[in-house]
Amino acid sequence: MSKRTVQFSIYRYDPDKDEAPYMQDISVDIEPTDRKLLDALTKLKAKDDTLSYRRSCREGVCGSDAMNINGKNALACLTDIDDLKQPIVLRPLPGLPVIRDLIVDMTQFFKQYHSIKPYLINNDPPPERERLQSPEEREELNGLYECILCACCSTACPSFWWNPDKFVGPAGLLAAYRFLADTRDQATSERLDNLEDPYRLFRCHTIMNCVDVCPKGLNPTKAIGKIKDMMVGRAV
Amino acid sequence: MIKRIVVGAHYGLKDWIAQRATAAIMMIYSLLMTVVLLIVRPSTFEAWQGVFANGVIKFLTFLFCVSLFYHVWIGVRDIWMDYVKATGLRLTLHVLTVTALVGYTAWAAAILWRL
Repeated sequence: MSKRTVQFSIYRYDPDKDEAPYMQDISVDIEPTDRKLLDALTKLKAKDDTLSYRRSCREGVCGSDAMNINGKNALACLTDIDDLKQPIVLRPLPGLPVIRDLIVDMTQFFKQYHSIKPYLINNDPPPERERLQSPEEREELNGLYECILCACCSTACPSFWWNPDKFVGPAGLLAAYRFLADTRDQATSERLDNLEDPYRLFRCHTIMNCVDVCPKGLNPTKAIGKIKDMMVGRAV
Repeated sequence: MIKRIVVGAHYGLKDWIAQRATAAIMMIYSLLMTVVLLIVRPSTFEAWQGVFANGVIKFLTFLFCVSLFYHVWIGVRDIWMDYVKATGLRLTLHVLTVTALVGYTAWAAAILWRL
């Protein structure tokens, strides 16, 4: 394969210079070895160094380069250029304040994540080696611990758009269930108390945009369902 | 005054269960009534009146109406909670919704037992 040209329409906004955000049409030549969207963005950045976006690991582990690609949230480093219709429309993650170009302020997202106490709570003195789990108990954590907090899911969720200050959001709730499901955790009841709220948990109306966009193939809706099941089991 | 956002009302589970239970009741009623109407096949006003004169049908229809209104309460309340940010206005809308739905319940009873 020879060199190719990729067409972009990119959301640009520099609050120091621009009065309002605008869409910039721009194209870039890429090498045959450039397969992912992030490769093309790297080329684009070399062409126009005012373009701002976050990136780090370039292999779907850090979750930095989440953005809205042709209308759907995804990681630029995991998205094949060939799968995208051109011009590729790039916008920042929806629903969060824009700092510059494709960079959003994720404070609200992490505030919700921290509100579910995303760490093991166990007041027993630590054993000499480790807190053990059976293989079955460990199995329950699969599909939960892999979340990289890229915010693709929460910023695709209409309930999070309307109430980002009150609704925990799919990423936070997936993490909440990760600790509710952990047999080594001793704060199960407090965690459920913390979530039993019409806004914090019950804003989820099983729209399932979160499942649709998760770049790691996780299922926050299923985890939220399991939290509700635990609450029913506790109350009924 | 600094306005702090407070969450943690500690309710929601009962409403979530109720919304599902009322949906199930409405579905069962709809299926049941389809069967009843297919068997009776009322074609005149008197025949329709006859179907609803039955005490069991009356009771089930009222149960359906109560389920519907409770289901509506949770759904409409969710819409107010999503889109109306001012607490005072939201509370007013909640009260108006409850008042209307309680009124509808009484109205449904009046219609059914007047037959």
